[in-house]
Amino acid sequence: MLHGGNPVQHKLYMEIEEGKQVLRYIAKRILMMLPILFGITVIVFTLMYITPGDPAYAILGENATPEQVMEIHKEYGLDDPYLIRLGRYFAGVLQGDFGTSYKTGRPVFTEIMDRYPNTLKLALLSTLLGVVIGVAAGIIAAVKQYSIFDRVGTIISLFGVSAPSFWVAMVLVLLFSVKLKILPATGTYGPQYWILPVFTLGLQASTSIMRMTRSSMLEVIRQDYIRTSRAKGQSEWKTIMHHAFKNAQVPIVTIIGIRICGFLAGAVLVETVFAIPGLGKYIIDSVNFKDYPVVQGGVLWIGLNCIVINLLVDIVYCFIDPRIKSMYSNKKKAAAVGTGGASNG
Amino acid sequence: MADSRNRKRKKTSQAAEIWKRLQKNRMAMAGLCTLIVILLLSLFGPLLSPYDYAAQNFTDRLMFPCASHLFGTDNFGRDILTRILVGGRYTLFITFVCITSAAIMGSALGLLAAFYPKMDNIIMRLVDILMGIPTMLMCVSIVAALGSNMKNMMIALAVTQSPEFARIMRAQVLTIKDREFMEAASSIGCSNGRIIFRHIIPNALAPIIVQYTLGAVSVILMSASLSFVGMGVQPPTPEWGLMISAGRDYLRDYWHIAIIPGLAIVVTAFALNMLGDGLRDALDPRLKQ
Amino acid sequence: MELLEIKNLVVQYSVGRDVVQAVNGISLTVKEGATIGLVGETGAGKTTTALSVMGLVPNPPGKVKSGEILLDGEDLLKKSNKEMRKIRGKDIAMIFQDPMTSLNPVMTVGEQIMEVIQLHEKISRQDAQKKACEMLELVGIPGQRYGEYPHQFSGGMKQRVIIAIALACNPRLLIADEPTTALDVTIQAQVLDMMRRLKETYKTAMILITHDLGVVAEVCDQVAIMYAGEIVEKGTLEDIYESPRHPYTIGLFQSIPDLDVESERLNIIPGMMPDPAALPEGCNFCERCQHATEQCKKQPPVVRLSDTHEVQCFLAQDEKGGE
Repeated sequence: MLHGGNPVQHKLYMEIEEGKQVLRYIAKRILMMLPILFGITVIVFTLMYITPGDPAYAILGENATPEQVMEIHKEYGLDDPYLIRLGRYFAGVLQGDFGTSYKTGRPVFTEIMDRYPNTLKLALLSTLLGVVIGVAAGIIAAVKQYSIFDRVGTIISLFGVSAPSFWVAMVLVLLFSVKLKILPATGTYGPQYWILPVFTLGLQASTSIMRMTRSSMLEVIRQDYIRTSRAKGQSEWKTIMHHAFKNAQVPIVTIIGIRICGFLAGAVLVETVFAIPGLGKYIIDSVNFKDYPVVQGGVLWIGLNCIVINLLVDIVYCFIDPRIKSMYSNKKKAAAVGTGGASNG
Repeated sequence: MADSRNRKRKKTSQAAEIWKRLQKNRMAMAGLCTLIVILLLSLFGPLLSPYDYAAQNFTDRLMFPCASHLFGTDNFGRDILTRILVGGRYTLFITFVCITSAAIMGSALGLLAAFYPKMDNIIMRLVDILMGIPTMLMCVSIVAALGSNMKNMMIALAVTQSPEFARIMRAQVLTIKDREFMEAASSIGCSNGRIIFRHIIPNALAPIIVQYTLGAVSVILMSASLSFVGMGVQPPTPEWGLMISAGRDYLRDYWHIAIIPGLAIVVTAFALNMLGDGLRDALDPRLKQ
Repeated sequence: MELLEIKNLVVQYSVGRDVVQAVNGISLTVKEGATIGLVGETGAGKTTTALSVMGLVPNPPGKVKSGEILLDGEDLLKKSNKEMRKIRGKDIAMIFQDPMTSLNPVMTVGEQIMEVIQLHEKISRQDAQKKACEMLELVGIPGQRYGEYPHQFSGGMKQRVIIAIALACNPRLLIADEPTTALDVTIQAQVLDMMRRLKETYKTAMILITHDLGVVAEVCDQVAIMYAGEIVEKGTLEDIYESPRHPYTIGLFQSIPDLDVESERLNIIPGMMPDPAALPEGCNFCERCQHATEQCKKQPPVVRLSDTHEVQCFLAQDEKGGE
């Protein structure tokens, strides 16, 4: 072997190699997400571009004079051709400038950042709650398949993926705020105000995470290496956690990523019911005000978030399953060998 | 002759076997029966109801569920049961149209991508982009661009549901394309169109059917959500999400106005989910022995 | 010295309303250091027998109905889960059929060997790691590859790793379930050779499950032939290979193609194994047996031909009686 026979040296060498592999993999994923980001920008811009109605009236109000309208058109460059406006928008976005809100006149990015923390907090806390409940329930349901827990859990989780979040939110408000009067219904004035929103989304997340955990675990538990672990004399609990669960994680991480993305956007419903000043609610309100730079910027920002989340999910895959990691490095090696052979021939 | 008869028999027996397996699944059958009941109720229920879903009656405002109004009345004195039944028509219509057009559009795109490598890159990048934005947000953007009404909401839902079908169809076709019987089919001179319709689509159908039912669930939930935030069906149409939205202001004192229409959504989505799960199990080739 | 004694073991699987008789009252003895070959067709109940010894019959649907499995005179079937865990991997180890799927894909092979060492031996992590490396070397894999994952190994190498796991705690009984079936022929010979060498070095007793009579002849000193959940004939290697008595055993030998004799077709045993959910009365083989008579509809007796050779067949009884 080229790198010497010393196991310690070899291990170090392997670790460095692996580190390089992961970095290459991440770089590749980032390159792959750029065109998607570009595409999202184009689509969002175009959708707002084709929107009927003159934005000048959104800025000035319904009874603006034609002169005022002309002025606004000049100021915002509204009469320029599509491609020039698209280019201008791109140039702005690259510098962190998402345009100016028609309604408040403040930069869209500043407006977004005012609301984003609320949405992020809600999404992350709910997902955390969902993971804790969903993974635990999913593992138990899979290990005790066909038990009462499994049957009841399956029905509850099916119920959870069938109920609209805004309705669940209202049921919780009815129970805990109106009837029991133990939790506040609307606003964000303290930690207790977050309990109901987080539970609404968290319970919902837990149901889909539980379903995924259960089916993934059931798949894995049937594998031969689980039998190998038992044949070693390993305890049932460790067989489930060390061998089965670790192999079942990839689909679970996938659904967690999907869930966070969904909450960043879909929290609008829960934000509406609980009157949380979040990004989703802001986007919807801006649609009603025809404040399109805000809609554009908000959608783009959440799209960017989702892409980053997907990237993180892909990186986590690497750490869960070594096969995924080497799949990426080997492909590259194989390609290099291929071209080398061709040039020699 | 004999060959085609054989094939037909084989195909029907396959469908019969799936049906038999589905029948054994109690949850799936319960879901199917519930769906049929919901369909019948929303088709014929409004005809039997003594009330007009739109008639306002200010003497009967805000009544709790009672003998004359089983689900109570809303703030305009309209019978909630009748409105839910009529709303069912809208929901079923929206769901069926959206998911069917999404399935057709998506599958067609997937087929194109799988058969013409030149199109593959473009189509799949488009799919990636559409799936890069969360469904809810994509719908909001489309509705914002086109205007808030039922037709535009349906367009938005159909567009956002189709990428998943494209992905499934493409993956299915790519795996089927490599199998030997495809080589056999093209070697005896089957045309592309014949290969697609006689060989590929029947084989790729199973996951498409499963996605159809599960996609229908998300259309139901999404259309209710969009209507709830005012970006879908507009009042005074008795759409379920809209009814919940209207009942929100009365939640404190008259909870039934908002909560009961929500139950209609839950029951419908639940039934579809049960059917979808059952179909997935029944169609899973790994469970075939 | 008897290490393992299986007495009248009955194992059933219930699938829906059907009850499948997987193992139908078999008895088997393994002496310390001996190697016994368990031969039979797919579905004869070989693997189920092995899993019963390990206490790993999947339950549900499987269940050990009756019988005894004695290790050093102690009945394994009466032991608690916790006690069985101490025996599995330490006293009795098992090698599974498919090396491709028997290793955990997300753990390094070293960790997987170390796991069994740490479970059964009270030694530090470092020492366990060192021992795992030694085990790898022992099965012919460089110790440096300790930190690699199963997907980086070939099928033969994976089977070596599995053998290293099985032998790591120096078990007294090794059960190898078709250890070479999934491997290429050239690799098969290597792995078999290595197993035989290690077995001799460590004086491990072994139950080798296979359908390949050639493998048995190379490795085993005793043979038991299984058919439809029963042991139809057992004896020393010489007993079975020199003077097979059961028509099924004879059929098995005849179905091996002989290069010296030019024949038009393979000598196969006609028919198929009976449905284990609906076994015939009497001899299970009688439907396929060319010597079957009326009496074969009753349960055939176990005939002791010598101290080592037993066969379950009326034919042998008649011949013995006639002597």
